[in-house]
Amino acid sequence: MRANRQLFDYLLRLADNGLVLAQRLGEWVGKGPVLEEDIASANVALDLLGQARLWLAYAGEVEGRDAPPGRTEDQLAYFRYGADFRNLLLVEQPNGNYADTIGRQYLFDQWHVLLLAELAASRDERIAGIAAKAVKEARYHVERSADWVIRLGDGTDESHARMQAAIDSLWMYTGEMFALDATERALTDAGIAANAAALQAPWYTAVQSVFAEAMLAAPADDWMQGARSRGGKQGVHTEHLSRLLAEMQVLPRACPDAVW
Amino acid sequence: MTERIGQSGSRDAPSSRAGMPDPIASIWRAVGSVVDPEIPMISIVELGIVRDVARAGDEWVITLTPTYSGCPATRVIETDVRAAVAAVSDASVRIVTTLSPPWSSDWIAPEARRKLCEAGIAPPHPSRATGIEPRPIAFRPAAVRCPNCGSVRTQELSRFGSTACKAQYRCADCLEPFDYFKPY
Repeated sequence: MRANRQLFDYLLRLADNGLVLAQRLGEWVGKGPVLEEDIASANVALDLLGQARLWLAYAGEVEGRDAPPGRTEDQLAYFRYGADFRNLLLVEQPNGNYADTIGRQYLFDQWHVLLLAELAASRDERIAGIAAKAVKEARYHVERSADWVIRLGDGTDESHARMQAAIDSLWMYTGEMFALDATERALTDAGIAANAAALQAPWYTAVQSVFAEAMLAAPADDWMQGARSRGGKQGVHTEHLSRLLAEMQVLPRACPDAVW
Repeated sequence: MTERIGQSGSRDAPSSRAGMPDPIASIWRAVGSVVDPEIPMISIVELGIVRDVARAGDEWVITLTPTYSGCPATRVIETDVRAAVAAVSDASVRIVTTLSPPWSSDWIAPEARRKLCEAGIAPPHPSRATGIEPRPIAFRPAAVRCPNCGSVRTQELSRFGSTACKAQYRCADCLEPFDYFKPY
């Protein structure tokens, strides 16, 4: 019973990262800086949303083991409040300018690809199957976002300044990605979750090499928001999430039986 | 009773299944008439997403695997598969979705790669193995050959194109823009 609760919670963490980031990327549709990037944002969003659906469907099934039938993916996406969301604080941050969006995407993608590669070896076959598929998509995402970090960082004085400012302001949300709480520790010990702490060194190495190419510097300040078991993974969010959810959920909440 | 054919069957052209029991072959043919609405020049069997066709009791079980996790064509393809099977059999149809092993663009049949090229879409290079290898800084893929004039002097315009499975390229010789089917 407890194991199911922990697994459900962990699956929400995986699902909500994709769901929330897809919603953010969707905000660019129709007003991307160039047409190609408009399309790219929508495509990445689509991949992340597809992955989120797979995680949410499994989460609902796990929930149903103790309380049948368990919620559907739509119920989980549209009828949970902010405190029940388990995404990283990083992905709920506003789009800002395009350097902010790219910075957020790259810091996430670089972690996501490492996480999914580990999860592809999970002892939970369902998790392993979803991760083995999703990692192919994440690998493509990180190539694009790293390219853009380099292009903006090593671009004009203006684009460099904005890219550096984006990294400086988002950096404090990255510590959460590597923080293990009781839930993740138990699932890691069981061979189900990926050991998030072990991802930090390869993540930092990869980020440093992209930053070097991009003429950017990693912030020296190592204070991290949410890294001490009081962050997005525990349901403690920034105010930005509730505004995002208000928009994402308004239609199903107003018309719960709407079909289209 | 369950009759099955091997997983490898979905990667072969329907004609190579001539020796199998007739009903299953006819269902394979029916399923093979369905196309992905976003790449209608090739069938879903040639695309490699039909993993199995089997009879279980009084129903046909068609096992599909999605290309991209968020591919919006998935639902349409399922509807079309149901209709195609219903046209040749009275038995009910159950669609099973499987994720493992994940679909790869390497599963696209050779004949289908030629059809993609004829339709102006450059077929994918071989996919990289699963897992993550040490990441080089520059991510330029191998030269993509222009499907219109055959030149390899081509340039990536955008990593994403008209659908989840394609990127946008332009040929420096004939100057035509074209789609490149991304390796997956």
